[in-house]
Amino acid sequence: MERVMITEVEKTFPNKEKNQSFTVFKDLSLTVEPGEFVSLLGPSGCGKSTLLNIVAGLDQSTSGKVKVGDTTIKEPGSDRGVVFQEAALMPWLTVLENVMFAINKKMKKEEAKEHATKYLKLVHLSKFLHSYPHELSGGMKQRVAIARALSMDPKVLLMDEPFGALDEQTRMMLHKEVQYIWEETKKTILFVTHNIRESILLSDRIVLMGTRPGGIRKIYTVDLPRPRVPASPEFIQLEQDIMAILGGEIEKVMKEEMGDDFNSQKASLLYGTDRNMGNHI
Amino acid sequence: MFPSPSGSVQQLYIGLFETGILATALAESLQRIVIGFTLAVLIGGFLGVLLGVSKIADETLGSLVIALQSVPSIVWLPIALVVFQGGAGAIYFVVILGGTWAMTLNVRMGIKNVQPILLRAAKTMGYKNTELIWKVMLPASIPSALTGARLAWAFGWRALMAAELIGRGGLGRTLMDARDFFNMDLVVAIMIIISCIGLIVEYFLFSKIEKKVLSRWGLTNSGS
Repeated sequence: MERVMITEVEKTFPNKEKNQSFTVFKDLSLTVEPGEFVSLLGPSGCGKSTLLNIVAGLDQSTSGKVKVGDTTIKEPGSDRGVVFQEAALMPWLTVLENVMFAINKKMKKEEAKEHATKYLKLVHLSKFLHSYPHELSGGMKQRVAIARALSMDPKVLLMDEPFGALDEQTRMMLHKEVQYIWEETKKTILFVTHNIRESILLSDRIVLMGTRPGGIRKIYTVDLPRPRVPASPEFIQLEQDIMAILGGEIEKVMKEEMGDDFNSQKASLLYGTDRNMGNHI
Repeated sequence: MFPSPSGSVQQLYIGLFETGILATALAESLQRIVIGFTLAVLIGGFLGVLLGVSKIADETLGSLVIALQSVPSIVWLPIALVVFQGGAGAIYFVVILGGTWAMTLNVRMGIKNVQPILLRAAKTMGYKNTELIWKVMLPASIPSALTGARLAWAFGWRALMAAELIGRGGLGRTLMDARDFFNMDLVVAIMIIISCIGLIVEYFLFSKIEKKVLSRWGLTNSGS
């Protein structure tokens, strides 16, 4: 359990060919309290994954500072466990060996084995210790990835759309389990998602991010008792509130990509093109 | 003059069990290919990793390797015979050159094609630099290294036979000797041995290893 402090972080991608650069976000500050579950929510391209990668140490920020506990982040390390959208398991290792892969450097083989088995039990995979990743379903692979990240006993758990590629039923199951694991281990979790419901269901706070200019739009504190019921009025109200802002952001992204061709008000296929005078009059 | 099937089988028997000339020649050729192949795999593997990991090495040596690969290794024999003064070293040299480049290019491709997400994941677990090469890149590139080894064997075996026709000892030299004595039955008998070696290595070595590796790495079409 450690506090994550993101102070005035900027990320700019240089473009050498055109001699211009693209700033994803600037002066972004956010503090995640110890043991807190914070979601980063936003349209694609708003830099939520980039921000997570900077905290993970996989990407370098252009300026600003990220601190986990008292240490400033410079490179990836086992004090921050990361779960990606793809499980990223080593295909030549069994489930057990994959989890041991994360802790082999820290402990002896026997100890690592015991430790890994314990965490695989936590995600209900005791039956599949000696299976290879290609023999598992997508949800199971993601469970292994979670067990692997937890087994390092990281100070923070970083999750980058971990359930984005799963089907709805599997996702619902894993939501419950993540919540259970979070309550059990009391880890600080930073969770990237584009799913509003998922973020309300799981997090203490939701950080809504936007584009052009990129950055934090609004921070919602979710004060609903757990386990949360998606059908409750408060839940739906919050979902609507977030959707209102997020909808505008998404439209901005679409306009950016498709130009005047994009119009969320009506489908323009049935109208003649001569009637379309553009939006900038 | 013209070889007959029964004559060939007879020569095969005599050569292997009575006079033993085929047995000695076979042993000599096998020793050469095994040593040559092993060295080719080791050198090629090392070069492949180097080219796959280092951009500088790839941009400088990379095209050189492709150029060298397109030279049939037997072409090196005249120089090798001079350098090694007609010794067995010349034949080893040609066999190793025959296999090395195919191995190098395949290992290089394997290393380059390692999924970046695996490297990122390993980095978050505290793996760095050489550890990443040993623990992630090398195991991940084993399937294509196996393809490389297979090619290295095939090229090496061909190069060996060609080199022995000109050089000394082994099945190739025996083949030429048989021709000099107009013993076409023996020529065919040796050809049978050569193809048998190819079959055995293919079916009992490479096929088996490949099957195991592909199923473990989850690259077969069956399942999932």
